[in-house]
Amino acid sequence: MSTSTAVTPDATPVSATLESTEIRSWKATIALGVFVVVALLLFVVLGRDGATTFRLSSESDVVQLADWVLPARSTGITVTVLLALLTAVVAVLTVAGSRLSARLRRVALAVSIVAFTFLFLLAFLAWAAAGESIPVTGLLLGTVSLSAPLIFGALGGVISERVGVVNVAIEGQLLAGAFCAALVASITGNPFAGLIAAMVAGVLVSFVLAAFSIKYLVDQVIVGVVLNVLVLGLTSFLYSTVLSQDTQNLNTAPRFPRFPIPVLSDIPIVGPVLFRQTLIVYLMYIAVIAVYIGLFHTKWGLRLRAVGEHPQAADTVGIRVNPTRFWNVSLAGAVAGLGGAYFTLDSVSSFGKDMTAGAGFIALAAVIFGRWNPIRATFAALLFGFATNLQNVLGAIGSPVPSEFMLMLPYVVTVLAVAGLVGYARGPAASGKPYIKS
Amino acid sequence: MQLELRGITKRFGALTANDHIDLVVAPGEIHCLLGENGAGKSTLMNVLYGLYQADDGEILLDGIVQHFEGPGDAMRSGIGMVHQHFMLIPVFTVAENVMLGHEQTSFGGRLDLDAARKRVREISDRFGFSVDPDAIVGDLPVGVQQRVEIIKALSRDAKVLVFDEPTAVLTPQETDELMTIMRQLRDEGTSIVFITHKLREVREVADRITVIRLGKVVGEAAPTASNSELAALMVGRAVELVVQKDVARPGAPALVVENLDVIDANGLKVVNDVSFAVHEGEILAIAGVQGNGQTELTEAIMGLQPRVNGRVSLGGQALTGLSVRRVLDAGVGFVPEDRTEDGLVAEMTIAENLMLDRSHGAPFVARGSLRRDHLDDFAEDKKKEFDIRAQSVSTPAGRLSGGNQQKVVLAREMSRDLKLLIAAQPTRGIDVGSIEFVHKRMVETRDAGIPVIVVSTELDEVVALADRIAVMYRGSIVGIVPGDTPRDVLGLMMAGERPAEVAA
Repeated sequence: MSTSTAVTPDATPVSATLESTEIRSWKATIALGVFVVVALLLFVVLGRDGATTFRLSSESDVVQLADWVLPARSTGITVTVLLALLTAVVAVLTVAGSRLSARLRRVALAVSIVAFTFLFLLAFLAWAAAGESIPVTGLLLGTVSLSAPLIFGALGGVISERVGVVNVAIEGQLLAGAFCAALVASITGNPFAGLIAAMVAGVLVSFVLAAFSIKYLVDQVIVGVVLNVLVLGLTSFLYSTVLSQDTQNLNTAPRFPRFPIPVLSDIPIVGPVLFRQTLIVYLMYIAVIAVYIGLFHTKWGLRLRAVGEHPQAADTVGIRVNPTRFWNVSLAGAVAGLGGAYFTLDSVSSFGKDMTAGAGFIALAAVIFGRWNPIRATFAALLFGFATNLQNVLGAIGSPVPSEFMLMLPYVVTVLAVAGLVGYARGPAASGKPYIKS
Repeated sequence: MQLELRGITKRFGALTANDHIDLVVAPGEIHCLLGENGAGKSTLMNVLYGLYQADDGEILLDGIVQHFEGPGDAMRSGIGMVHQHFMLIPVFTVAENVMLGHEQTSFGGRLDLDAARKRVREISDRFGFSVDPDAIVGDLPVGVQQRVEIIKALSRDAKVLVFDEPTAVLTPQETDELMTIMRQLRDEGTSIVFITHKLREVREVADRITVIRLGKVVGEAAPTASNSELAALMVGRAVELVVQKDVARPGAPALVVENLDVIDANGLKVVNDVSFAVHEGEILAIAGVQGNGQTELTEAIMGLQPRVNGRVSLGGQALTGLSVRRVLDAGVGFVPEDRTEDGLVAEMTIAENLMLDRSHGAPFVARGSLRRDHLDDFAEDKKKEFDIRAQSVSTPAGRLSGGNQQKVVLAREMSRDLKLLIAAQPTRGIDVGSIEFVHKRMVETRDAGIPVIVVSTELDEVVALADRIAVMYRGSIVGIVPGDTPRDVLGLMMAGERPAEVAA
């Protein structure tokens, strides 16, 4: 035995014992400052006269809310002043943040940025629709609908990346799902059959991704990109040679009807937006919650995350890494495939060439913006869906911004969100790395 | 449970890592597997644990032949392992790590975290560990992470427990405690395999010793064998265990570090208000358990850390704020702690690696093009001088053994006009012959009047080389003490305590 005195090692976490300092980052202040300048130019210098009506309910609603009328110019000026004040608050937080607790500072910063975004949006809507009226419920309803495929795609991305396989093939999974859903639903006349076909199509795309990246160790990003091109080519070819020959029988899918949920759908604003949707959207709500609970509170999720973080550690406790990866990537494909079904069984009733138009890549951005968390990824997808729908609504009421310019909006939001707000995000440690046993 | 390995052979291409190894571990004994780095100890244990499939031979438990397809099978048969590189998921909590792979679930398939927490507390209390089941593993000190590994193995009712180089990350006192735990487990009937290359520990705890060299069992030894007997058996020749050096003749202070802070990406001060000076002609060793700010400190001196406060100067010239290139030009040689990650480009040849930090001009580059002939001559010289064992200087560095790779790094750094040499973990994972060589060169550098900083987590190395020792704990220097300070005092300092006799 040793004679030296035993010292029990200090088991407190290292981070709790190290002194903490705040790293000053001017990124938020600068970004907000840029928006204040934009606000000043748009709402004050180029301000428009006239009143904007925000319609909070439609004629069919049980509970009628009064319209909300805002004078465009004075709203613009007031908001610009408020935005400048909020920017000042953020600047002060950056300089004197160390006097507050880290938690309080983060909360204050988040509240300021959310308030800033909301105010900017309000003034922008008032400005763009001066003299017209904006259907608020319509805007939000469309947001949820347009986000549905993005959310399914993002969930597929989250599952796949959490288990350690980068899923660039979401676009291909969506497109294959859309195609098969249209074809099968048209032939059988049953939208449910189409839904299942979409899932199968997504799984098939995943099989290729999984086989090449897990078994043959091909670079996962390259396989994903190639798969997207392959699916695009294949569906376009089949569309021109097969579907368009007999559109009546092969490309006229029955759509899911809107199904208002009793009671819930009568709640003002929330009801029409969330609970007057189709089956696919309700399925999406369930999927988000199921994936969240599954990932963080079940054996399946614990093992899945272990494999994506440290595959060798998972292996040493008897988890079979590559089969786990294979089947979960397949599952991810099924979920993304459901998103594809939305295009042909909900939004329109027929397949068109390249109809997903990059939604899969936006979903991929939502995965990263949402930091590989299903709930946050859902909100990210909703943000992109909102940007898309805003462009639709403003185009319909005739805004002063050229519609070609507005078409960029969802992508500008994507770039700003991923590059500006997220910056470097740490994903699952082993994502993209094949697991090779000797 | 009795463990028996019969004729285990494992080949990687042309290399035979294990050559017909036989080993018997009786229940209730601590069996030491002694061997140099690269002797094949870890390979053997990975075969036992089902991570590798043996090319030949069989594994028997209580006389019954076992077939392990993977670690899951080995675990179910009662084999547990505390890995050298912890097999823990850093972003999970302790309880999640312990339950992973044999999760209990409650109603509706939800994870039963409470059961896992209870299990962690139970085992933790039995051995007097104070481990919080809800702490995030990546945030725990390495010594505690190792205890989580032990809890993980015990929670699966392991009857044979393998410890793979467990003391590399521990303070001497923690090492003593680990040995107490090993004895306690042995007395409860667990068979223990203890893999190490440290003679002191072997002699203290082993019931039986098996020595492995170059993939073969070369003999058994009793725990009463002397250090030099064991070392000779392990290396295959007589080894000089102490580094020959004269008393240092320190000159003027050369490197002066004042109030240095390093702040990481999360705003934590990983180096906190560190001040010290290194004199010409002395070796200052920075000791401490891994992860207490040593890496960040050396990187800050090199200009590799983005958020640094304080002053660093070398011979009066300020180094803070300079680019890495300027720091190198100022005469700083740097041997990084991870040679495969930061020290070498594995795909490039030995010669190319030797000119890596002088790629911007003389003597190897003239008018934008490489002077190949000159480089090859230079590389041949260095290959001879540093005894780099390779076919030629155009062999890719990645194909060399750890020891020879380290010699390439050392040759590159020491062939410039140095005013300071910083060597981080200079002998980690290399063979005894190379260790002797590296130590000799360090002392020669010192004797040439150059200040040397050696960062090491191995107390043996610190004690062998240092003229003065600075001990770091959680980002701060606990104290700077003379090179002949007793081990247990250093051990206490590595745990953050400043013994009374050590002045601040």
